[in-house]
Amino acid sequence: MSNLFSGPGPDAVFAAALAEGRFMLQQCDDCKKHVFYPRVLCPHCGSPKLAWQPASGQGTVYSTTVVRRKPEQGGDYNVALVDLHEGPRMMSRVDGLSPHEVVIGMAVRAKIIDEPKKGKLLVFMPAQGGVA
Amino acid sequence: MKATDLRGKTAIVGVGLGGLPSAPNRSSMEIQTEAVHRALADAGLKPGDVDGLFTGSSHAFMPALSTAEYLGIRPKISDTTMIGGSSFIGHLLPAAMALQYGLCDVALICYGSNQGSGFGKLKSMSEPQTYEAPYDPRHPITSYALAAARHMHQFGTRREDLAEVAVAARRWAQLNPLAFARDDLTIEQVMAARMVNDPLSTLDCCLVTDGGGALVLVRSERAKDFPRPPVYMLGTAMAHWHRQISSMPDLTVTAAAESGPRAFAMAGLTPADVDVVELYDAFTINTILFLEDLGFCAKGEGGAFVRNGRIAPGGNLPVNTNGGGLSCCHPGMYGTFLLIEAVQQLRGEAGARQVDNTHIALCHGNGGVLSSQVTALLGDASTL
Repeated sequence: MSNLFSGPGPDAVFAAALAEGRFMLQQCDDCKKHVFYPRVLCPHCGSPKLAWQPASGQGTVYSTTVVRRKPEQGGDYNVALVDLHEGPRMMSRVDGLSPHEVVIGMAVRAKIIDEPKKGKLLVFMPAQGGVA
Repeated sequence: MKATDLRGKTAIVGVGLGGLPSAPNRSSMEIQTEAVHRALADAGLKPGDVDGLFTGSSHAFMPALSTAEYLGIRPKISDTTMIGGSSFIGHLLPAAMALQYGLCDVALICYGSNQGSGFGKLKSMSEPQTYEAPYDPRHPITSYALAAARHMHQFGTRREDLAEVAVAARRWAQLNPLAFARDDLTIEQVMAARMVNDPLSTLDCCLVTDGGGALVLVRSERAKDFPRPPVYMLGTAMAHWHRQISSMPDLTVTAAAESGPRAFAMAGLTPADVDVVELYDAFTINTILFLEDLGFCAKGEGGAFVRNGRIAPGGNLPVNTNGGGLSCCHPGMYGTFLLIEAVQQLRGEAGARQVDNTHIALCHGNGGVLSSQVTALLGDASTL
């Protein structure tokens, strides 16, 4: 277990891993639940014993919306909530299809892309084989 | 000592509105102060009588200091707990406690904003959320759209049901001379309005207007010394489970499912006892979620519940009788307006929109992105 009260905090550790193309999740050594977003205390049980693990990257769309935007400003885009296979939920975007085609229940897989002006960004793509 | 000890111990003896339906070239503080002046006049008091101050703002970092200085008052206790638009209903609790313990004798809850004329869009001091901001959610509508989409998926709620909420609010607003939006509105018009964040169109969203609201509270033992019929705080409860929408456990169940039952328990009442319902309708989905979570219908049945004008004038359950945030006013944070409309209904002074035989009103405040939930039950003297 890393000491989460000294050195770079969980936000910085997550960001550094993402910048290297890795999607890491915390798991609580005490209650065994996974945690996202990164914290210094487990929100399930209060334990500070949070250890980093590579995320499976598998998820399911919990909800989705199309943010309408004028074509000259870049056009419509997707915002989704994805339930990760490990348990936590996160906000993200589903790429690889029209934002209007993203549906609740869709199986998705994490992908780290290079986003102009933002650098590495964790998005999701439709998973092979359909519904999770 | 228990929460029910506060039942009926606090009375609202003055209310005032300001800046409605719009107040161009007037500052937020000027609009708030108009509301404060009206509320104090309603109670037969002067600013110098106020010794407890409960306020919040999207414009001021230290709103109690700014407000007290502007009014020329010297509070013995102030509280500016910021949980979003529900804050001012939440302020009922510290105000009631401060009055009960003698920390103050006259409590003022107040708010004012010139967001309609001054900005034309929602002004917020809300900080970006680190793990949501990279995906450019439009704050706050994207979060509410995600909740609406999930409710539709899970329960078969239809866009027509959301539109029914907007139309009911508009029909109430047409009875309220201070409401901002009073033109005729049909379900078809709501459905045909420009989509903003699927499934929410422009007419599923609350207004952005000017407006201010203020309430004066005292211990109930003094309530009969004031000129207007007192309205009593029977129960108030707060709950919050998340800050950002990605941390909301279930997007179809808000913390109103906790605040509601606790407020009803404190008041010794049930949903069947309520005569008028004032719900924080920042978006049409809110009304449906809160009707469910507060126990007016079962979970998932809110869409069917609102059909055929059930919450509109003439319907079974009067909801958002001033026109709500959707059609009356929404100057950024709407909490005071819910309370003031309830007081006016309980006093029988709501004019063309007055609901007959009103003795008990429920006010429910929402803050953030379905984040903070505060439920208050108010009653007239017959409910003590």
